[in-house]
Amino acid sequence: MKKILGIFGLLVFICVATHLMSDRFLTEFNIENLIRRSALFGILSIGAAFVIITSGIDLSIGSVVCLIGCLLPWMLVEHAMPVPLALLAVAAISLVIGLMHGILITKVKLQPFVVTLCGLLFYRGLTRGIVQDQTQGFRGEFSNLRALSQGQLAIPGSDFGIPNPCLILIAVAIAAIVLLNFTVYGRYMLALGRNETATRFSGINTDRITILAYVICGMLSGLGGLLFVLDVGSAQPVDFGNFYELYAIAGAVLGGCSLRGGQGTIVGVVIGAAVMQVLKNTITLVDEIPTNIEYAVIGAVILGGVVTDEFVKRLAARRRSQLAKRAE
Amino acid sequence: MTESSAPPFLQACDLTKRFSGVTALDRVSLSVAKGEVHAVIGENGAGKSTLMKILAGVQPQDDGNIFIEGKSVTLGGVDKALGEGIALIHQELNLADNLDVGSNIFLGREPTEYGFINKKKIHADAQRFLQMVGLEIDSRTLVENLPIGVQQMVEIAKALSVNARVLIMDEPTSSLSQLETEELFRVIATLKSQGVTILYISHRLFEIETIADRVTILRDGKNAGRLQKEEISHEAMVEAMVGRDISQFYARESSEPGDPLLLVEQLRTEAWPQHAIDLQVREGEMVGIAGLVGAGRTELLRAIFGIDAALAGKVIVAKQELNRHNCRSAIDAGMAMVPEDRKGEGLILETGTRDNIGLPGLDRHRLAGCFVNFSQERIDSQKMSREMQIKTPSDWQPVQYLSGGNQQKVVIGKWLSMDPTVLLLDEPTRGVDIGAKQEIYRLMEELAAKGVAILFVSSEMEEVISMSDRVMVMHEGRISGELSRENASEESIMHLATGGQVKDSSLKGIDE
Repeated sequence: MKKILGIFGLLVFICVATHLMSDRFLTEFNIENLIRRSALFGILSIGAAFVIITSGIDLSIGSVVCLIGCLLPWMLVEHAMPVPLALLAVAAISLVIGLMHGILITKVKLQPFVVTLCGLLFYRGLTRGIVQDQTQGFRGEFSNLRALSQGQLAIPGSDFGIPNPCLILIAVAIAAIVLLNFTVYGRYMLALGRNETATRFSGINTDRITILAYVICGMLSGLGGLLFVLDVGSAQPVDFGNFYELYAIAGAVLGGCSLRGGQGTIVGVVIGAAVMQVLKNTITLVDEIPTNIEYAVIGAVILGGVVTDEFVKRLAARRRSQLAKRAE
Repeated sequence: MTESSAPPFLQACDLTKRFSGVTALDRVSLSVAKGEVHAVIGENGAGKSTLMKILAGVQPQDDGNIFIEGKSVTLGGVDKALGEGIALIHQELNLADNLDVGSNIFLGREPTEYGFINKKKIHADAQRFLQMVGLEIDSRTLVENLPIGVQQMVEIAKALSVNARVLIMDEPTSSLSQLETEELFRVIATLKSQGVTILYISHRLFEIETIADRVTILRDGKNAGRLQKEEISHEAMVEAMVGRDISQFYARESSEPGDPLLLVEQLRTEAWPQHAIDLQVREGEMVGIAGLVGAGRTELLRAIFGIDAALAGKVIVAKQELNRHNCRSAIDAGMAMVPEDRKGEGLILETGTRDNIGLPGLDRHRLAGCFVNFSQERIDSQKMSREMQIKTPSDWQPVQYLSGGNQQKVVIGKWLSMDPTVLLLDEPTRGVDIGAKQEIYRLMEELAAKGVAILFVSSEMEEVISMSDRVMVMHEGRISGELSRENASEESIMHLATGGQVKDSSLKGIDE
């Protein structure tokens, strides 16, 4: 809870600071756009959070976004596939990707970093091969489908609305919160992320749970890819989704996931993803910060966040061990 | 080579070492003559390793002095000890197996020429030291291509290359074959004739009978006797190691056990595939497994529980044969296991007692197929905290901040919440204080009285003798004998554990 307040405080601070430095921040267009981007990256970060909680990593998120983002318009436009069939295919591909990662990591016992690094290269190359490096777009059609990303739920009595990706994020986040905190599978993920051996000794099939985490990450990457391409309208296979895995992982880490595993809250992760997007927005809007140092600023903020977190944790640990001594 | 003829080459006087309140060494003295093979023996935890680490400069002593040729020396650091000519050869070999033999011998001391490593000199010199240990291999061979026995010789050659005058060998034969062991003994004899002193630590008493000139015995961190060459015998060593003072402060009432609850038939573990193990534990019976470190006891428990897949054999719990691929079926059949490594295998350290105790039961109590039954979890953990008297400020307090005894109670409580009918415990009281020990013993008693079949491994003799209805002794992967409660004594157990044969009718041998 304290951790969520901390990261939420950071988000508010950046928002206020940006507003004070730029009068373009608090405009309807900017805020709506910001919410939309934050929601899209939030979905990717939740996926990343699940594998990070099981003390794994997924570096292939950006390439899966690219694969799905290019294949969807390719199937619909180039091959005139019916919409339901294309959506089904997209879901199946994401699922198989997650399943493959999970099986390679648990059954073949490869390191998550290596497996998903190969995925990062493989899916991008595969996409470029399939679509022959051609930009894939909807050519102004499929507006109903694209409303999934572009539309918004009007708030009655105002001309402001909640962007649809935000609604989808809320649904995903609620499902993720329930899965992680209220089902036995979520508890197993948290437990095995902290101590896989002890969890296995407790009679839990840790392989199956790990595979589940990668499947969730694969599915959410696919969902992200789908929403991104519906939002933008076209995807260029060479750079669509480039570095998205790093934004997703950074959001999760900033939101309280430790790469050591076993820790993290979904709400924190969503706020973490939002911080990343607001920060990018700040750099664009505030004239005093040159845009070319964008990555340096983001890197410094993440580093500052985790260093603070580490110090807070040490303080808490010291207090706890004193408490325990007193109890004995 | 007797004590009177020459002044002691290496002498340790009244060495004392404490680890956070526990005295590992209590005024231990040792005196070794030049060119002597001096064995140091003792039960698990008697203080042998601590003594050797101090002599090799790995750890400083808290109290006491070390003399070399009558001169007081301070051995703060491995390099200092090496400078005095004392080298330790670890039980696990410390060679970089991706490098060749010569590079390993001169690792960190490479001769150079114009700033580059002089390979020619390395290999020329290495060959000389290899000859000293009777190895006829090329020093350009990669270490990973050598059998383990040869690697051991390379370690010795390495020690000789720094002019070691005292070689400390910690269980040097534990991973050697019979032939390799004989070869090692030949090398030891050669070194001895060249005036090198050898401190030899081993559990294998027969080896010591063969090669030792004198033996120093440790017990509970204290000197427990010294044997001259002519006094060395298997019996004399066992007697000195176990002593005579067995305090009986937790004698168990013997009871009439019921039907067999746990049956193990022809089980073969991956560690010791050549031996098939049979055993049974009956309702309300407590069976202890004794043996030395590395005898295969932990491997046996793990295979019974299904953590490690057994190569062959059956495990039957309450007449129901288990699926041998994971421990889920063992748990479902009513088995539970308290592992040896509490922190690594028993607990999720960063979470509280509630999460830890609840973990194995989540599956059994889940609601609507997948939801955590929070109230059941709370009830279980509160009940166990009360019954086990776990001292913690709250249910959520991460268990890493609790004492060893409390942590162990959490691990046991975690399994008792599952109401097991067969309980396996691996070193149930290791690293816990005396008070918690008593509580754990009381608990084991209560469980047995309720009819739980208990199978436990322990390296503490007193524990095995006083808690067991029956003692099974393991030696190198097989059960070397079984002792009834009446016949279980430190002597009889140590005899079987060190590879002794069953000799009188009071001992019931398995493989007669």
